[in-house]
Formats: sequence, C-alpha cells, structure tokens
Amino acid sequence: MVRQGNSITITGQPPAVESVTDVTGSVRLASVSKVFGRGGSAVRALDQISLDVPPGEFTCLIGASGCGKSTLLNLAAGLEEPTSGEVSVSGHVALMFQEPALFPWLTAAGNVELALRAQGLGRAERRQRTTGLLDAVRLGGFGGKRPHELSGGMRQRVALARALAQDADVLLMDEPFGALDAMTRDLLHDELDRVCAGRQLTIIFVTHNVREAVRLGDRVVVLSSRPGRVIDEFAVPIEHPRRIDSAPVAELARRITDRLREEMSHGDR
Amino acid sequence: MATANDRTSLPAYEEKLAWLEAQEVAQPGEQRSRRLAVKAWNALWPKLLAIAIVLAVWELIHLSGWKKLIFPAPGPTLANLWDQLQTGQLWHAVATTGERAVIGFALAVVIGGFIGALVSRIAPLRAGVGSLITGLQTLPSIAWFPFAIILFGLSTTTILFVIVLGAAPSIANGLIAGVDYTPPLLLRAGKMMGLRRLSLYRHLILPASLPAFVAGLKQGWAFAWRSLVAGELLVVIANQPSLGVLLSTYQDQADMESATSIIIVILILGIIVDMLFGVADRTIRRRWGLTGAV
Repeated sequence: MVRQGNSITITGQPPAVESVTDVTGSVRLASVSKVFGRGGSAVRALDQISLDVPPGEFTCLIGASGCGKSTLLNLAAGLEEPTSGEVSVSGHVALMFQEPALFPWLTAAGNVELALRAQGLGRAERRQRTTGLLDAVRLGGFGGKRPHELSGGMRQRVALARALAQDADVLLMDEPFGALDAMTRDLLHDELDRVCAGRQLTIIFVTHNVREAVRLGDRVVVLSSRPGRVIDEFAVPIEHPRRIDSAPVAELARRITDRLREEMSHGDR
Repeated sequence: MATANDRTSLPAYEEKLAWLEAQEVAQPGEQRSRRLAVKAWNALWPKLLAIAIVLAVWELIHLSGWKKLIFPAPGPTLANLWDQLQTGQLWHAVATTGERAVIGFALAVVIGGFIGALVSRIAPLRAGVGSLITGLQTLPSIAWFPFAIILFGLSTTTILFVIVLGAAPSIANGLIAGVDYTPPLLLRAGKMMGLRRLSLYRHLILPASLPAFVAGLKQGWAFAWRSLVAGELLVVIANQPSLGVLLSTYQDQADMESATSIIIVILILGIIVDMLFGVADRTIRRRWGLTGAV
C-alpha cells in the first residue's frame, strides 16, 4: 500500500483532523476508533486513540490482552481501516509478527531475498544485500538453512532481516519476541539495539512485557483494555546500552506496572 | 552498565551468542548412513512379508482345488510373467500404455491446474462450478466411454478424453484446497512485503499450495490409471497392442496365467508411479519441516 517516500492517509467515515505534512518515518493517529461488527454484537477495539510517533523514535505500546494493540498495528500497516479518525504514516512500513511467518519453502536467504525482489531489485544487488542483512543479524553462515532447521530465536532474526530488507522507514513489531525464552529474548534485544543503531528507523513495538518495553523503548505508551485507550505515557531516560535486569529499568518498569494494575482494577479484570 | 550512548558495545555479547548458537544448532548425526540402512530395512520387511503372505494364500487356494482347471497357480504364473518379460510384445504394450498414461496425465495436469487456478481465485466461478468439480471427481470416469466413443470413435483420443475427465477434477480440487489453506499469516507477511497479484500468486500462493497440489496429483494419477486400463479394455484399437488389449486377448483365449501376468504388470506400474508421488510428497514435507524425522 505504501511505496517509499510516499505518504498515505487513510480516513474513516467522519473526516477528522486535516492531514499534516509529515516527515518521512512519522506515524500519526488522530482520534482513531475501530469497531468490529455492527449492532448489538459490535466490539469497540480502539476508542479515540491519538498517538504521534516522530521519525526515528522507538515507541513501545503496552497493555493487557484485549487492548487492541494488534489492531492498532494493523491500522498503521494499512491492513485495516479505521472506523473513524485518521491514520497517517509517511514512508514505507514493514511489519513483524509474534511468529516469524517465514516461507517454509525458501531458505533463510531466500526469505530475505524475496523481500528485496518484491521491491524490484536486480539479482546481483539482491545477493549482495541479502548477505549483508544476514550478517547484520549474525546469521552469516545460515543463509542456506530452511526455517525449520533454525531455532525460534534464529527464525525471528531471519524475520528481522526480512523486515529490514524492505527498506522501511517504519517498523511495526507485534510482540515479536513473545514466544521466545528469556535468554534468547535478552539476546535479541541486544541485536535489535545494534541493528537499529545505524538506521533511521521509526519503531512501534507492541508487548505485554513491561520490562521489555522499558529495556527497548524511548517511550512507553500504556493502553487500557476494552476499549483500547491511551491512559499514560512514560519517557525512558535511561542511557544505552541497557540491561533488562538493571536497577533503573526495573524501577521504571515497577512504576509502569503499578499504573497498569491501577487501571486494571477499575475494569472487570 | 549505562556507560556510553553506544548500543553496539555490549561486552558479553559474543560469548552469549556463541553459547546460544551451541544450544540452538542441531548436531547432524554421525551414524547417519547406518540409520538410513535401518530405516530402509524397517520400510522393506513389512512389504516383503505382505508379498509372501499373498503368494502363500494364492498357493493355498490353488491347492484347495477350487476351479482347478482355470485358476492359475502362482508358480507357473510367475514363470509365465518371466517369459513374457523376455518378449518384445509385452514391452511394446507397456510402451503404448505408458505413452497414453503420460500424455493423458499431462493433459489432465494442465487442464486441471488451469481450472483449479481460475476457480480458486474467481469467487463467482467457484460458486458456480466448485461443487460440479467435486461431483465429477466422484463420477466413475468409465461412465464417459459411451459418450466419448460416439464423439471420437474407437481411437486414442477417446481414451485420453476419459483419462482427463477422470484425473483433472482431483488435480483441480487439490490446487483449490492448497490455495484455500494458504496460511493467512503468510498472506499478511507477503502483502506487507509488497507482493501483489501475480507476484503474490507466483511467490506465495502457488508454493504454499504445493503439498495439497501433490496430494491432488497422486489421487488424479490413481483415477487416470484406472480410466486408462478400463479404456483399453473397451476401446480396442487395431495394431496397437496395449496392456488392456493383451489382457482381453488372453481372456478370449482363456489363458489365465498370461492374463494374471498382465494384471500383475498393471498393478506394479500403478504402484511404482504412486510411489514416485509419495517420494515427491515426503521430499516436500521434509524440506518444509512438516515431518518429525529429518
């Protein structure tokens, strides 16, 4: 839906805020609501959400299940349209899922290369960039392996390489490390830091792990459940490199968890 | 730990990674060839045993004296088969039948694949003919012979026509099932990657459909082979000795040993081709990691 550099705007029924001229890599949600179904069985997944992510920022979205985190990413990715409000994303968007979603009939290198091919790159350039991308996620020797021959962590690294191959300005990540064990997840956090360091990438990272959010994000946005609303925001003024088990991370995570608990005690959960 | 604003310099990174890699990568077994031999034997002995049991039962029926004059004994029948294998006539018949099988099945793959591709993507077409294809699949293709003989006479075309009608519905249905069961997550990933229309089809939907398509081919082959043998029994073409023609000739001569030999040949050819599809199916599954064994 998006080609590099172009800006898309998806507008729901009541045209809301006027489109702003955005800088490449910015994501903007203006009082976005999303309702699934209609009539009595309608479910309001997102309610009047406004979120502004400037280019290059790493934003973590956190909330209990049912807060519409995935819906929000689908809206930003253009896979769904808002019921009302406005979503504007400038630049090309890549999306990473909780599952690696690699194509089992292709090797690791083949998966990365297909993303480059979809952009119309020539064969020689594809080869070269695939090698570079696999090296970037430290899978240099594993290009010839098929997804099932790799471990969960390695598969998710291939998925990251594939997402990077799309040369996106905005990377949306839907609990990408949620299915991994703590040790592997910890390593992939380092990996993600390292890979992002050299790139001007805007990242929206959805997770239900508060420490992970603090470990990675420049900002943590807390969502409420059913319907999803932004209830709080925390800047993360902790210097890099960070460790998930360090005192400042734990301290901020505790504050955010308290805020989440407070919110959940209002609800029915 | 928060020393410099540099995300790359993480001290224990390399060690951690090395440790992880050691945990992650499965070690290839050194006794691989021995394991293969054991596996081959495990696959072979039940088959040998089954053949032995069939021969034993056959021999017993013969010994019981049931329809003694016409019921062939296994020993002489196998000897007869051996003799026939020395003659050009049987091989000629195998070549004729084989050629029809290849041409007929290839036509069925092209036509069934084309129809399957169209029906799977075009909703009104699916609503219209989707159940018709399944219906055709259950219709015994031999029912088409009277119709085909009137249309094309006693010719190879008639036989090929019936093979295609027998096999194409299964092949089309296999492809349709494959397209239907393309995992939605992969579709989302492909779309996000920028795959559209034809490229989405070529790089995602078709490869994702491959296992179901091969299953359709396998089933289509079974129907094609049945239709072919039935066709050769019904449609006798002069100067073209096929397996079907040989079979009906021996029947006319009440030469049961030779007729039984031909049945064995037809059975074995059918099994061999089916096994080839089985190998293709297992290869795909192994490459995709759909089986436990590597």
